[in-house]
Amino acid sequence: MTGDAAIPPGELWIVMIGLGLGSFGLRFVFLGLVGDRALPAWLLRHLRYTTVAVLPGLVAPMVLWPSATGGTPEPARLAAAAVTLGLGVTTKNVLLSIGSGAATLGLGLWLF
Amino acid sequence: MATSSPRGAFMQGVRDALPFTLVVSPFALLFGVVATEAGLNVLEALSFSVVVIAGASQFAALQLLSENAPTLIVLASALAVNLRMAMYSASLTPHLGKAPLWQRALVAYFLVDQTYALAAVKFERERLTLSERLAYFWGTVTPICPLWYVMTVVGALVGTAIPAGVPLDFALPITFIALIAPMLRTLAHVVAAGVSVALAVGFAFLPYNLGLMVAALGAMTAGAQTEVWVERRRGPAE
Repeated sequence: MTGDAAIPPGELWIVMIGLGLGSFGLRFVFLGLVGDRALPAWLLRHLRYTTVAVLPGLVAPMVLWPSATGGTPEPARLAAAAVTLGLGVTTKNVLLSIGSGAATLGLGLWLF
Repeated sequence: MATSSPRGAFMQGVRDALPFTLVVSPFALLFGVVATEAGLNVLEALSFSVVVIAGASQFAALQLLSENAPTLIVLASALAVNLRMAMYSASLTPHLGKAPLWQRALVAYFLVDQTYALAAVKFERERLTLSERLAYFWGTVTPICPLWYVMTVVGALVGTAIPAGVPLDFALPITFIALIAPMLRTLAHVVAAGVSVALAVGFAFLPYNLGLMVAALGAMTAGAQTEVWVERRRGPAE
């Protein structure tokens, strides 16, 4: 996330306000509008997987083709991602995983 | 563990939420730092956290904005990250649906991962009155949400002081991976994550970050279908 290409302020605020309104809408839609009517099972079943469907897809290209290296796969970053994932799955400890991943990245960049 | 009054429920909420401040603070701090890196000033970073109040989608939006993705794609992707909030909303509706509209609107604004997780577990486990449930929810909000704003500002102020050599570009992937990993608790979640990665990489050639949209839709369907398949195999016994 290098700041070379500055984000135009107009676009920034459009995204900010649009995202704010949209997020509120998503949070309000059932609580506010649907009340306590039951929801179809298929809808809940799909909503259950949205986070785990979006974030890995967002992260994968950043891990494989990091912008900092101009898009070339790089061992320190791959190792950091692997360590973070491994510890995250086994320990479920978010902070420990982040710390270990960052340490791996630091070590890796120093070694390679 | 029984909570007998709204005041007791509120305090219980505060206590239950305290450990989460250890997760929220660094995440908000990181957002402030990354926002400054992307060229936002302190006020813009804070506004982002106040208006949106959803970490992962804020990071996603910032990342895509920095990549000069079209506004519509930025919004669609970041909102897709927040689709889970609709699920939170749906899941709390049976418990809070009878509260006055203005209260439900306020709850909706403060419905973040941590407050939802705590409330959902509490409401499932214990029989509480509506006012106890609301008090518990506000208890969980109290240590978490203000901290989100404050630490964003701290991050934005600190961000400018971080030396250029620090590989901040990778703070975001590491944080996201650490957040996703504990979610991989069922086969369906693992399948969804795997399909998401495979499709995002496979369709990375698509313009306007549309590959992410393809990946998200495909992965959501894959997760839901796997769940159906697993339930069917388990049979109607349960």
